[in-house]
Amino acid sequence: MEIPLRKARVSREDEFVVIDAKGVHYRELNELINELVERGERKLRLLNVNGQRYIADGLRCSDCYIEIHGVAGDDLAAFANGPTIVVYGDVQDGAGNTMNAGRIIVHGNGTDIIGHSMRGGEIFVRGHVGYRVGIHMKEYREQVPVLVVGGTAGDFLGEYMAGGRIVILGLERLETYPEIAGEWLATGIHGGAIYLRDEVDEDKLGYGAKTERLSHSDRRFLSEAVGKFCSCFSLNAEEVLNAEFTKVVPKSHRPFAEMYSDSKEG
Amino acid sequence: MVRNFPPDFVVRVDKEACINCMRCIRECPFGVHEYDKEKKRWKRHHDKCVACLRCAYMCPTQAISIERSPMEYSPHPVWTNRVRKDIKTQAETGAVILTAMGNELPYMSYFDRLVLDACQVTNPSIDPLREPMELRTYIGRKPEKVEIEEEDSSIRLRTKLAPNLKLETPIMFAHMSYGSISIEAHLSMARAAKEVGTYMGTGEGGMHVELYPYADHIITQVASGRFAVHEEYLKRGAAIEIKIGQGAKPGIGGHLPGKKVTEEISRTRMIPEGSDAISPAPHHDIYSIEDLSRLIYALKEATRYKKPVFVKIAAVHNVAPIAVGIIRAGADAVVIDGFRAGTGAAPQVHRDHHGIPIEAAIASVDRRLREEGIRHWGSIIASGGIRSSADVAKAIALGADAVYIGTAALIALGCTVCKKCYTGKCAWGIATQDPELRKRLDPEEGARRAANLLRAWSHELKEILGALGLNSIESLRSNRDRLRGVGLSEPELRVLGVKPAGE
Ligand code: SF4
Ligand code: SF4
Repeated sequence: MEIPLRKARVSREDEFVVIDAKGVHYRELNELINELVERGERKLRLLNVNGQRYIADGLRCSDCYIEIHGVAGDDLAAFANGPTIVVYGDVQDGAGNTMNAGRIIVHGNGTDIIGHSMRGGEIFVRGHVGYRVGIHMKEYREQVPVLVVGGTAGDFLGEYMAGGRIVILGLERLETYPEIAGEWLATGIHGGAIYLRDEVDEDKLGYGAKTERLSHSDRRFLSEAVGKFCSCFSLNAEEVLNAEFTKVVPKSHRPFAEMYSDSKEG
Repeated sequence: MVRNFPPDFVVRVDKEACINCMRCIRECPFGVHEYDKEKKRWKRHHDKCVACLRCAYMCPTQAISIERSPMEYSPHPVWTNRVRKDIKTQAETGAVILTAMGNELPYMSYFDRLVLDACQVTNPSIDPLREPMELRTYIGRKPEKVEIEEEDSSIRLRTKLAPNLKLETPIMFAHMSYGSISIEAHLSMARAAKEVGTYMGTGEGGMHVELYPYADHIITQVASGRFAVHEEYLKRGAAIEIKIGQGAKPGIGGHLPGKKVTEEISRTRMIPEGSDAISPAPHHDIYSIEDLSRLIYALKEATRYKKPVFVKIAAVHNVAPIAVGIIRAGADAVVIDGFRAGTGAAPQVHRDHHGIPIEAAIASVDRRLREEGIRHWGSIIASGGIRSSADVAKAIALGADAVYIGTAALIALGCTVCKKCYTGKCAWGIATQDPELRKRLDPEEGARRAANLLRAWSHELKEILGALGLNSIESLRSNRDRLRGVGLSEPELRVLGVKPAGE
């Protein structure tokens, strides 16, 4: 197969097409990825990624496997539909933003708005994540997105959450802020659930959220999701699961039902 | 406590003409007409009547007339009837008052204080029947310069052009979501847009499968709730619009109540049936112009730079610097929605009290983009209260490239502006999902009427251009010298950039 040679150095290693992203503008890098996928390539390895944005955005390809070595820039796999992306490094804001399907496995940390509005697929972050993670996550029929974080999460986790599942394991803690999740947890949540591997103070919860006891199906879900997470990062799932979890859910699926009136119907 | 709340309207029925056919009962979605079979007596619940006029026009003997209620509170210039009714409603419910359609307070209209020029003697006017008249408008980024290559005897454009929308007339159908209006209303506008060579917006409720055949004339929307936003949806439409705000409710989010999220709506929005569809006030991935730029480019990347990306904002006090920021952030057009813009549901307090007139917003955004030398980077699309071809011409003369019409399009489909869209009981089959009510709008007839409206306005626009001695709509854009203000103060004239009449 002919590989378009531009600024990016492209080579082949076994079934992988290897792209050296050093100094390559994101626009060229992403167009190259699109072209390669269009030509039938399914395994890509990106080296020296240093903050290039929008990698795999809108990519429709359920059997694509993209390895990223370095730091993936903002909006990694935004609007993506199917690809599996493994990042050996950190991801910046908006990884998995409004993603429809696919998997993102991050060996480092993630910054803000990871999984914002995602509708399907999985995101596993081994380290910590920043603010506003999983805001307005949703679900639709059999599409139930799952976001698992090995470390901790910042403020506004799962705000306006409308569906899906977030799991925060808190395996490591920050010195500066040892809590498993920040303030305003699940404010305005009206669907889905958040599982935290710790106790959570009720006063941390935002408007519309409450805690609930875990059911059998919750345990089943956790052992499946945490099991998958642990196998990605060579962790012992049994040990991780052997802890108390707190489940945060919406008080109502219609939080604003009583807010409005009509001057006619009085 | 006695509920001293006079009705807005009274239903008068001519007893002699009435043939007791019961048709009015079936026609009124608000339950006004009631017949007691045992006592053989009619009862009209006047307080429920919204003056949609459906029953009056469906009554086979024209026996019904709807009148404004003569019963009112004692007149008072400050404590108007409406003020008193609002207070009583809120005292009863403790809730925010919900309403629909555009701003109802009697703010002055600048369009009505602006007049167009015409040619006399020195520069002849043009007859559009005799000479070609160009309404075609391109929406999107224009190049800094155009480079042409000559090879043998053929000429080729060397400059790579950014994607633009090609409009045969500078009027598009505004974004109104499927969910707030029916699929029949959407289909009517989609067909009309395709037929006339313009575009319609999906609103934030996604694109129903029945619209797919018209997708190349449809602009998809990405709002804060990200409903239906999906890689295929983005790739399917002709352009993408990020909705930051809307003129009817600047600065606040919205929500479609769960009871309106039917099976079909759920499928199109890709959310569970029956759950509230909440659009947060801001996009929570956009807290700055830089963040906005990130979303603009994420959308461009996801569609491989094939679609223009618009950003819609409500016209607010600082609209000019915000619009400049939007264009600098990479948007191909900024959509400005004035404070008269319609809506399917908005808290009355926001609809009536936030935002600024579209006329002032267009003028200041256009001026600011020119001052910064980047007017060609993006187009200006104006919306919110455009009622006629004259408004379109004035909006363009103030600096817009094109306009969106929402309420006017619905009126073409039969809407009587009863302001009850949010109840989902629209008597004319527009703002409803009720299968029985929806039958009242035939999409074919709707398409014909919506297309007719565009044709009529386009025709008038050509006549207006002819009278101005111009032969293309482009020559009218930002041509404020062809406008004069009547009865406007100095600062107002300065903002609009027009001279007073006679000067
Ligand atoms: S609400 Fe409409 S249909 Fe019902 S009585 Fe009034 S005008 Fe007639
Ligand atoms: S769309 Fe229907 S409900 Fe809304 S104002 Fe028009 S006629 Fe009334």
